[in-house]
Amino acid sequence: MSSVLLVVEHRNGKTKTATLNALTFAQQAAKKLEAKLCLLVIGNAVQDIAASLRPFGADMIYLVEDESLEHCTAETWGHVTAEVAKQCDAVFVGMNSGTTGRNLMPRVAAKLDAGMITDLIEFDGEDYIREMWAGNAQATLAVVTPITVATIQGTAFATAEPSGEDSLITLLEIPVPETRTRFLEMRETRSDRPDATEARVVVSGGRGMKGPENFKLIEDLTDLFGGAVGASRAAVDSGWISNDFQVGQTGKNVAPDLYVAVGISGAIQHLAGMKNSKVIVAINKDEDAPIFEVADAGLVADLFKIMPELTEALKNELE
Amino acid sequence: MKILATVKRVTDPDMKIKVKEDGSGIDLSSISFKVNPFDEIAVEESLKIKETHGGEVVVVGVGSRNAQTEIRYGLSMGADRGIHVQTEGYMDSDVVARILKSVIEIEQPDLVLLGKQAVDDDNNQVAQLLAEYLGWGQACFASKIDITNSTARVEREVDGGIEVIEMDLPGIVSADLRLNEPRYPALPDVMKANKKELKIYNSSELGVEMQPKVIVKQLAEPPRRKGGCIVPDVPALIRWLKEEAKVI
Repeated sequence: MSSVLLVVEHRNGKTKTATLNALTFAQQAAKKLEAKLCLLVIGNAVQDIAASLRPFGADMIYLVEDESLEHCTAETWGHVTAEVAKQCDAVFVGMNSGTTGRNLMPRVAAKLDAGMITDLIEFDGEDYIREMWAGNAQATLAVVTPITVATIQGTAFATAEPSGEDSLITLLEIPVPETRTRFLEMRETRSDRPDATEARVVVSGGRGMKGPENFKLIEDLTDLFGGAVGASRAAVDSGWISNDFQVGQTGKNVAPDLYVAVGISGAIQHLAGMKNSKVIVAINKDEDAPIFEVADAGLVADLFKIMPELTEALKNELE
Repeated sequence: MKILATVKRVTDPDMKIKVKEDGSGIDLSSISFKVNPFDEIAVEESLKIKETHGGEVVVVGVGSRNAQTEIRYGLSMGADRGIHVQTEGYMDSDVVARILKSVIEIEQPDLVLLGKQAVDDDNNQVAQLLAEYLGWGQACFASKIDITNSTARVEREVDGGIEVIEMDLPGIVSADLRLNEPRYPALPDVMKANKKELKIYNSSELGVEMQPKVIVKQLAEPPRRKGGCIVPDVPALIRWLKEEAKVI
């Protein structure tokens, strides 16, 4: 029997939430393709991660462990993923979107001679749907190869809940080849706040923030909710905040319960990364800013005056 | 050091695009084109590496005859010569990667720089596919590149921070936003670019099978979000968040 194989992304011993969103998609895809659902956990000493995924209803969890697999390089993880895909007769191999999946999955596609769909949002059992042109067009795509490889846009699917069934774990021995790239170090963005892709509330600042020091206004507001900080490309381009915070076509795709856009005009490429948020609030002094065309509620005002007032009033409200 | 950089002709990312009513494509009637912004960053970085380490920068474009405009733009930025692989009609990322592979086998560069994604199809695949087809290493989403002898030390923009890797050369790098600030060519450079060598291949000459693996069946306008209300002040916004949106 053929399989749908989902590669698990994890960090610091925990499965990424976006993987659980992709898992919802993989469950649906396995049904539509009448295939088994298999998960693949790759890493060094990651049996706890595999064990934590046992109640999610997969037919099989494959575990591949090696010291050389501690950091995800496209060469090593790509090799392992392609080998496991062959062993479980995968017709679909996917991973949640993000820099890890985007770096890795095309390499897997090339190994399996498979067509690849980047950031799919829908699958009807035959065709795939994804966005192009910064979200201004939705494309229906057909893959003509026997295997499809994809990254899955987490914001398009609900987070999978444990169903109680107990999946089997199979340990596979896969020799890791010599590679032409070596991991040197990871410099983590130090933050007590959640990642924008995983937060319930995201407050983002744009060109209107006028400088890095003013992002304090964004932080003060988002901290009331335990939320995340985001930024437009204009703010990143100006060097006010690291690219890791960028929301948009060339940054992160987020869909929180509440998205607050502050001093963001709403360029096409920014809207691409946040237009699926449940509730959007925009604060901008330019009443013609395109952000107001997608915002559920807009406040035309000077952000430097309004942000402290809003934070103060919300603090009282939430207490 | 010989560096190959790609230049893709894309619809101007600052223009609002519209899907044709029959869903067969994008309405290009009033759209202008330019170099994919991430490719511009790749060309700039190639020129910077050449300035430090010497060598040659070759810009490569794949597509219709019009793609030569963007190759010339790369030449006006300062690349030494251009290559145009002339093709007609639709290509998926896989076809483009296989075409680039055959060009690389002819040119044998030490380093290949590409934009991390094209801002039209947003696929983010070619650099990675190409690395696998060549059996080379890949350093995607680069924000800093240091070349030493036969390796490149690359800082990568990844979720959660910066990852630093070392890659043997020859290798593939894809450029992210903060790698550099691309230069604007001055008028004399534009004139000079017209005289630079531009070699033209067609895909059959390179022996590349043009069969795509992914086919675009249809394009559609995405569901539009309707704009909501404008609230006059902070108390009204808080009331709205509480009573209408029910998020607090």
